[in-house]
Amino acid sequence: MARDVVIRAEGLGKRYLIGHHRERERYVALRDVMTRGAQRLWRRTADLARGRALLAGDTIEEFWALRDIEFEVRRGEVLGIIGRNGAGKSTLLKILSRITEPSAGRVTIKGRVASLLEVGTGFHPELTGRENIFLNGAILGMTRAEIRRKFDEIVAFAEVDKFLDTPVKRYSSGMHVRLAFAVAAHLEPEIIVVDEVLAVGDAEFQRKCLGKMSEVAEGGRTVLFVSHNMGAIRTLTRRCLLLDAGRVRMDAPAAETVEFYLAHAARGVEGGVFMRPEPLPDGRPFHVRQVTTRREPDAEPVNQFDCDQPFVICIDYAATRRVHGLFGYLNLLRADGAMILEGDSRDTGRNPLEEISGGEGTLRITVPPRILGPGTYQIYLSFRSGFDAAGPDIDTPGIVGQFVIDDTRTLRGNERNGYLSTILDWERTDWR
Amino acid sequence: MILEQGRAERHYWRDLWAYRELFAILAWRDVAVRYKQTMVGTAWAILRPLVTMAVFTVVFGRLAHLPSQGGPYPVMVFAGLLPWFLFSTILGDASASLVGNAHLVSKVYFPRLIVPASAAVVTLVDFALNLLILFALMAWYGVMPTWRFLLLPVFVALAILASLGPAFLITALNVKYRDFRYVIPFLVQFGLYVSPVGFSSAIVPERWRFWYSLNPVVGVIDGFRWCVLGGDSQIYAPGFVMSLGIVALFLWLGIRYFRHTERTFADLL
Repeated sequence: MARDVVIRAEGLGKRYLIGHHRERERYVALRDVMTRGAQRLWRRTADLARGRALLAGDTIEEFWALRDIEFEVRRGEVLGIIGRNGAGKSTLLKILSRITEPSAGRVTIKGRVASLLEVGTGFHPELTGRENIFLNGAILGMTRAEIRRKFDEIVAFAEVDKFLDTPVKRYSSGMHVRLAFAVAAHLEPEIIVVDEVLAVGDAEFQRKCLGKMSEVAEGGRTVLFVSHNMGAIRTLTRRCLLLDAGRVRMDAPAAETVEFYLAHAARGVEGGVFMRPEPLPDGRPFHVRQVTTRREPDAEPVNQFDCDQPFVICIDYAATRRVHGLFGYLNLLRADGAMILEGDSRDTGRNPLEEISGGEGTLRITVPPRILGPGTYQIYLSFRSGFDAAGPDIDTPGIVGQFVIDDTRTLRGNERNGYLSTILDWERTDWR
Repeated sequence: MILEQGRAERHYWRDLWAYRELFAILAWRDVAVRYKQTMVGTAWAILRPLVTMAVFTVVFGRLAHLPSQGGPYPVMVFAGLLPWFLFSTILGDASASLVGNAHLVSKVYFPRLIVPASAAVVTLVDFALNLLILFALMAWYGVMPTWRFLLLPVFVALAILASLGPAFLITALNVKYRDFRYVIPFLVQFGLYVSPVGFSSAIVPERWRFWYSLNPVVGVIDGFRWCVLGGDSQIYAPGFVMSLGIVALFLWLGIRYFRHTERTFADLL
């Protein structure tokens, strides 16, 4: 391996087995395995009797989340990774941070990898801020001595010094995220993996995080940055990989990859229906199943709307239990990554997610007419909680789909520039 | 560092050592949370063995007039209950631990063996509380500790090892087959009756005694009573060796199966 190459992936692949019987089941149950085994035995005997060939695994399908991935990353490089949902980005990061093993090929890594896959992983609501810093630090791979040395710095970065001895369950969600990121930001790994942490939190904090990231990169450390925010990818990374259906579609300078992605790969969310790619990890108390955009709640899903129509974003979800302090973000982004709107389910103080206790349902979010300007928009979704034992990130599907807005009423129609379609009132008063 | 299929297995023990601080911190977290949340939890940890002891003393000691290995019946029962509760709680807590820490397992790498092992540490705190009760009981009934009492830590260690083997096995099975957890209370319930908790293993007929020791808890409980009661209480040697063998076998099986399935945990949880 060349001296300054710190990550090299060769023929990397990850295969999941999807059992067709299992589609709706959240986990394997012993009783199912037993009944299924009995059924299969019976079917095979019947098949044999009829002289049919045995098809081993007729209920199991292979699914390659990643296939033949090849790339190299050099020391000090900031590599962007983009791609649609289900393209394999998270699987790749999971392999690099050793959470899951590859099924084929190999990765050679020089140095310690820390992942910000999940900021605040392992925070325990009952423990105080101080205790959680040590807990979270240890989970992320810091030694106790290391944490003690950086303790003051972490506290200062998170701005929680007054609440150090308060249980984290009493923290606001902002404080929660700040503390979590502060711990993660003070890791000193050679390679740091960042996944979409910047999409939430207030603007001030986002700026701080971005600053910390460029600082990390300038310090000669290697950063892998996965994001749906094309603006951030363009400004922070020089080189960018585009993943598509588990393969590397493009490996080029960031500007080129982003342009290609926006022109080709980002399309293809047909008819306003977005299905969650499988397999989803089990054990989530709440997750998004499907997102559709419709003219009216009961209308057919479409993805093209007129400026003057209100339309509805329907989010089908499944919950297995009550999530404490659940809330959601629905952000609308333009193709260039600019955030046009950051909607929070708590905006009015009446949070409809607070009372979800279990079962399936649909959230309907209505976008009023004459607000969005003509163009293509992406829907970003994230469901979070400040207090739940499952951690702050409950389910973040990220960019789930896109829709197009047309302006047909104004004279210039789609030629009107700008992000908003608001029609201004022009009035003239003659002085003489 | 090279990542490929089956690679993690090779550096397993070195990794486990490297993550010892995480083990300590997770164990500390579980203990802190447990005793922070509920005074009820603490009271329960004390009350449960006391009530069980009273019931067993009345049923087996007073009503059935079973022999007590030379000591007062309540002390004998309690000396058996201590390792039994250690065993059953480790089994229960450890097996639920991975599913309970799913958000950690699916987001960060560390040797997964740490999770059930640190869950077992919490039960040691309860055990320490129970040990204090045992001292109080011994004082109340005037049981003088002999030199054998000094060997108690050896048997505590044995009890932990005896629990960890089946616990690792069940933990791994529980990740894969989530309804396995319904089997555990049954096993524990069943185990309480087939293990010499409420009675002395000396009442088991001599010809069955060797085979009775196939239950690894038998050796552990006999050891505890031998330490605590002193005097007449004896360890049945062939059976004890047998129990040791079973403990070792389960430990080996448990760790092996756990390690074998461990790398798929993140995909299953």
